[in-house]
Amino acid sequence: MPTLRELTHREDRLAGGHRLCAGCGASIAVRQILLAAGEEPVVTGCATGCLEVSTTIYPYTSWKTPFIHNAFENSAATVSGVEAAFKGLKAAGKIPADKKVKFVAFGGDGGTYDIGLQSLSGAMERGHDMVYVCYDNGAYMNTGIQRSSGTPKGAWATTSEVGKAQAGKIQKRKDLTSIIAAHGIPYVAQASISHWKDLTTKAEKAFAVEGPAFLNVLATCPRGWRSPYNKSIEVAKLAVETGFWPTFEVENGIWSLSAPSVSAERRGRKPVTEFLQMQGRFKHLFKPENAELLAEIQTDVDDYLTYINGRCGG
Amino acid sequence: MTEKRTVAATGNVVVAEAFRQCAPDVVAAYPITPQTTIVEEFAKFVAQGRVHTEYVTVESEHSAMSACVGASAAGARVMTATASQGLALMWEELHIASGMRLPIVMANANRALSAPINIHCDHGDAMGARDAGWVMLFAESAQEAYDNTIISLKVAEDPQVLLPVLTCLDGFITTHSIERVDLLDDETVESFVGEYEPQNALLDLDNPVTHGAFAGLGGPFFEFKRAQRDAMDRSKAVIERESAAFSKITERPFGLIETFMMDDADVAIVIIGSASGNARHVARELRSEGVKAGVVKVRCFRPFPGAEIVSALRGVKAVAVLDRAESFGAQGGPLFLETRSAMYDAAERVPLVSYIYGLGGSDVRLELVREVYTDLSDIVAGGSVPDSLVYLGSR
Amino acid sequence: MSNWDISKIDSWKSAQFPLGAVIPAGGNSDDYVTGGWRSERPERSIEKCTDCLICWIFCPDTAIRVADEKLADDWVDLDHCKGCGVCANECPVEAITMVPEGCEIREAK
Repeated sequence: MPTLRELTHREDRLAGGHRLCAGCGASIAVRQILLAAGEEPVVTGCATGCLEVSTTIYPYTSWKTPFIHNAFENSAATVSGVEAAFKGLKAAGKIPADKKVKFVAFGGDGGTYDIGLQSLSGAMERGHDMVYVCYDNGAYMNTGIQRSSGTPKGAWATTSEVGKAQAGKIQKRKDLTSIIAAHGIPYVAQASISHWKDLTTKAEKAFAVEGPAFLNVLATCPRGWRSPYNKSIEVAKLAVETGFWPTFEVENGIWSLSAPSVSAERRGRKPVTEFLQMQGRFKHLFKPENAELLAEIQTDVDDYLTYINGRCGG
Repeated sequence: MTEKRTVAATGNVVVAEAFRQCAPDVVAAYPITPQTTIVEEFAKFVAQGRVHTEYVTVESEHSAMSACVGASAAGARVMTATASQGLALMWEELHIASGMRLPIVMANANRALSAPINIHCDHGDAMGARDAGWVMLFAESAQEAYDNTIISLKVAEDPQVLLPVLTCLDGFITTHSIERVDLLDDETVESFVGEYEPQNALLDLDNPVTHGAFAGLGGPFFEFKRAQRDAMDRSKAVIERESAAFSKITERPFGLIETFMMDDADVAIVIIGSASGNARHVARELRSEGVKAGVVKVRCFRPFPGAEIVSALRGVKAVAVLDRAESFGAQGGPLFLETRSAMYDAAERVPLVSYIYGLGGSDVRLELVREVYTDLSDIVAGGSVPDSLVYLGSR
Repeated sequence: MSNWDISKIDSWKSAQFPLGAVIPAGGNSDDYVTGGWRSERPERSIEKCTDCLICWIFCPDTAIRVADEKLADDWVDLDHCKGCGVCANECPVEAITMVPEGCEIREAK
């Protein structure tokens, strides 16, 4: 596990000059993950979304790696094709048999939890040697903050509005990480941009395994979360400390709670309101008429952690 | 020395054989009737170790074409096959493959689109993709399906083209009927298709490139589309050149269109695919009855051989264009629309009638074809031209 | 600067563009200036800074420069820093403060 000092010797594979918002969590995730990929070449893919569009506005690209964007729902299938080409060209003798290349596909929660789920499931099941990274900011941010199945319960979004008859999103966030873990692939983990050591360690493991690996990374969206630009890391950290976003990994089927969450549990889980109150998308929850919903959200968080702890044998 | 093997085989079996001989680096495909036996045959080659291909058994046609796009952008030679609903599910990817200028070859077993669900032949699937930027070839027979597949790869990968090619064969009629087919030996095919030299390959790791960039916000999207149009236009000469080279090896003719008894024809049918033989059969019968009937078979639909069709129809007094596909609300079927548009450039104004036939595998009986020629002869004799399209043989 | 010369791109004809909208360059957005988005810029107190590199790992804009395992002397790439303030907020020793912008920046292409 490299230290920050050691990581500075590696090439930053995402250049500046991209058009993501100030304080965007997606590029923070990408930088940490690609730094963790090590010295070997990486081929990158990305689903349509903020990250893709903001980093590849013609004629500029922020990717120092070979990069492919195809469409919204097929980042996994597309990169699986690139990986297949690598194998096919090796078999044809056009690429040396001992050549090593890493393959990584990125997608937001909309492109992963929702429209890209089938493509992701297929790629994971087929066993391609690739990493899939979901940068989860909890809504379709690129099209203007519409709810996805990754949007938390109670969150305001432009298709789960707040009014007299509805208090934001009605449904719970889908537990995508567990769904992918159920594929029985070598490595699955949930992490947050706020805990760089945990995230880079997990990314390093994901790149190291032979076969598919999946990372679900909480990535703040100041625009969609209605949080201050400078608080992107702070709010993500609170997501972990309140148990809203537990960090864990599933390594060859063995579940374990990761250090950031172990430490949060040891110190005493903070109330989820500390995470929620930093964000404008949850402000309606603090009105008296939504007290019950707020309590329900705390219960959901507690229940999810009980489930995750159970899977982790704790 | 070229060795030829004569086999009795279905269209799908010989398409799979052509795939094997073209030695793709990646095949990503999904089963769908009546294409399935292509990917099944190919799976045998994989299991037998007869191909080096990385065979990606995806979970849908959308992912099939998505993986093909990734593999082709990576620098691999890529082939796949689909049909009907599968082609429809690929819809957005078809445009992306051509927009990214990826020379993917895909066989399409022509089958009707739902609803109602129907597994039999018509061209509604392929015609639905006619504006997707793919070169489109249609086979009449298993032999043509084999030949078209090999030529398609050569055309797709030509540096002047670099476009995907859809190579169509009629569902069940051609995909599943056993026909006599002459196959080339592996070395001849290998040497004909040559080595693929990819441009801007993702796996050229020393020269990183970005594929699939955003060209909006005043970006040069319009210029990229124009470049695609220019490549499609150039593909015509490349098809002609490569098909001539291929004909030299096989001693089989290959044209963008193929004419039958057109030199002095008064009445003519323009048609695509397996029913062309029915048209020729009836035309031959009519000739013995003194009717100067002819047939124009269209083998290449994109780029559309408009000038060739106009030239073939010179002197004809009435023309029927037979479409095995609907274009609801339009003034005729897709082939009719193209043909009539091309005929605007003809020196003389010729009556053209749009016939829709054989949808969902409905039979194209010889008497129906004869009915068409009779209608044309009536028009030539002074009868009126139908003011709307004709559903041939429909109740 | 990237090796791909796009200085005359506005006058290119369709045939002059690389095939299929490919960008034949890696990371050429380095040449694109987003510094103009900024209303505040980070300033660092050399006395307080411990070179812990937390600001570097959390920067969304790859705008913090490092050299020899420390922050570089010209530690902020002002062509790309958007002034989000994450670095100042995360600095464990409060060595970074955000100050109102007023510096000269290159014109955005």
